[in-house]
Amino acid sequence: MSDTEGRDGPDPEAPPPDGPSFAGRGALPEVPAPPSAAPAGAPPPPDGAVFALIRQGRAQDCRPHPRHLLDPGRWRAMAEALAAAPEVALLALWAEPGVVHACFLAEDQGRVIIASCPAAEGRYPALSPARPGAVRFERMVRDLWGLVAEGAVDLRPWLDHGRWPLVGPLAASPAANAAPAVPQPEFLTVEGEGVHQIPVGPVHAGIIEPGHFRFHVQGETVVRLEARLGYLHKGSIGLMLGKPAAVAARFAGRLSGDSTVAHAWAFAMAVEAALAVVPPPRALALRAVMAELERLHNHLNDWGFVCNDAAFAWLHARAGVLREGVLRAAALAFGHRLMMDRVIPGGVAEDPRPGGDAAIRAALAVVAAELPQLTAVYESHASLQDRVVGTGVVGAGLVARFAAGGYVGRASGRAFDARAVPGYAPYADVAVPVLAAGDVDARVRIRMAEIGESLRLVDALLDALPEGPLSVPLPQPAGEGRLVEGRLVEGLGLVEGFRGECLHWVAIDAGGLLRGVFPRDPSWLQWPLLEAAVEGNIVADFPLCNKSFNCSYSGVDL
Amino acid sequence: MQPLRRLLWPRLGRSLFSPPLSDPAPAVPDAVVQALVERLEEAAQARLGRSLSIRQVDAGSCNGCELEINALGNVLYDLERFGLRFVASPRHADVLLVTGPLTRNMRQALERTAACTPEPKWVVAAGDCAVDGGIFQGSYAVEGGIGAALPVDLLIPGCPPTPTQLLEGLLALLAAQAPKAAARR
Ligand code: SF4
Repeated sequence: MSDTEGRDGPDPEAPPPDGPSFAGRGALPEVPAPPSAAPAGAPPPPDGAVFALIRQGRAQDCRPHPRHLLDPGRWRAMAEALAAAPEVALLALWAEPGVVHACFLAEDQGRVIIASCPAAEGRYPALSPARPGAVRFERMVRDLWGLVAEGAVDLRPWLDHGRWPLVGPLAASPAANAAPAVPQPEFLTVEGEGVHQIPVGPVHAGIIEPGHFRFHVQGETVVRLEARLGYLHKGSIGLMLGKPAAVAARFAGRLSGDSTVAHAWAFAMAVEAALAVVPPPRALALRAVMAELERLHNHLNDWGFVCNDAAFAWLHARAGVLREGVLRAAALAFGHRLMMDRVIPGGVAEDPRPGGDAAIRAALAVVAAELPQLTAVYESHASLQDRVVGTGVVGAGLVARFAAGGYVGRASGRAFDARAVPGYAPYADVAVPVLAAGDVDARVRIRMAEIGESLRLVDALLDALPEGPLSVPLPQPAGEGRLVEGRLVEGLGLVEGFRGECLHWVAIDAGGLLRGVFPRDPSWLQWPLLEAAVEGNIVADFPLCNKSFNCSYSGVDL
Repeated sequence: MQPLRRLLWPRLGRSLFSPPLSDPAPAVPDAVVQALVERLEEAAQARLGRSLSIRQVDAGSCNGCELEINALGNVLYDLERFGLRFVASPRHADVLLVTGPLTRNMRQALERTAACTPEPKWVVAAGDCAVDGGIFQGSYAVEGGIGAALPVDLLIPGCPPTPTQLLEGLLALLAAQAPKAAARR
């Protein structure tokens, strides 16, 4: 066995002794029902300091989670209060011309809120000193909207590599790119004897998305990894703006192809909230069927690939067969293997085709039958366990500070799952597996447990598929529904994809066109932790660590 | 003693006696083969024979195309039985299989990859994005298809193209170079 140096050392990010305690599968933090579902008249528990500060700002027309416009002074006070409020998670930070928005989750209460701050003269007080997860958002906001975070931890460019014809392409009036040459990227440095660098990418050896990884290595051990992304920036936000929701939905479904259902659903949820329309029960159930099939095929795929990266090809081959079965069933039922464009604002595009129900059940029965055997093989082969156990550890403290979601969070003790909290229809009782080890093995095991849960959910959803229409029409001309001339309506959608929660915010004008939009992939808050996970591991274990995260490149490159 | 159920070897042994899981090969459209044969006749270079090494480059994809290209390697499509394989370096490749609308941030990396690929090479643009930019056409951040940077030999449309469609295209490339390889013997 290759017991490499640096693997067994104490975890510098180990949770403090009084940190959150982790129960086994199915344990959920005690949270009240979301405010919208609270019985009328019952007094809601009081806000924490940060939420109370935010609520002092002027309320905007955002549903179902409120948005408040703060003046820069109050925003600064909020940024300072954040430092003393570890239970408040920063979920996203984005902008529109002249204003920045930040979305927060009170982890103890399951409440979500958006705070906004006008960026007078293109500047706003930074959040990154209090929330490390804000760093990449602030760099992105500067690159796309030209707004500078004052006091930011890091102001190097992120998405803008100096190759676009414009500077600040989403600003009110973007400037032409007048730089004479493409600048060289700057990387964080490491000092010490025998430290050398390994540059990798953007074109990688395998069939994966492009990105640059800069390793600082001492001997075989990674001292620091820094990722440089942005190679896939397609300008999705710019393309969505000004389009009707139904058209923009196609871009949401192509933010990250592996999460097309989850992103399309989160976007649709935001649009529906903004317009105050409720999709029919049949549409919600079919969305959940598709979302669980998506979770299944991705979990199977990545489980196989993690094993493959540990040179255990048999599990990869079997997982590939099972996954292909799920994709073929999806194609039969929904007419597309990845189920792209099947979730539309207002409902779903079409009913399952004849034979679809049976095809899905058959494919899932095969998975269910083989899962125990695959699990037994995974657990009982020392050569595989040696590679995954204790490799790429992320501590609970870091996961909490970054508010990393999905299996990255749940493998390190953060129990958040948007299906449970804040929760959304049709999900009622999702078992959320949580582990504390935070290594490659724990991330794999979370996904193995979720495969079982998805199998159960799909079966239950298909058994009780409600009858009725597939979609509701969206109000179009001004005067219909919430659309009023001269006013914007806003919505926020939060949907648990296989990777974690997909968050979409939209602002819609009286003509039904998008005036503001931000699609946030869960990878935003997971990518930085990969850099921590790899530290102290050997270079050869990087692919294993990377695959166990499987962050989306396209999803964060926008 | 481990229960037999937990061991891999009995299962591997059983696989020796069961029929393969791989699907039959898809039919190749004649028209595509013909067009490619003609292209190849113009290139007066010798080739490797009935096998192709493929280097995949993501030039801005949403990763949907990558999922389906990866699926070609599963045992149901089993790409390698046709003599087609993915290689890690462009220097070992006969084919560049490129996806995405070609973002401005990836253009130089793609051009450098192509420069490292020995001639003669095929360039295949896979997916609607790679064909002409797809839905990302007109963005400040994309060039609008692989053709903006490289001469493209074969287009495989689809969003994403299914593994079967990808396989048809790649097999057509193989068929196109087969007569040439035979003539050299
Ligand atoms: S063609 Fe479709 S699946 Fe492929 S990269 Fe483009 S949007 Fe994604």
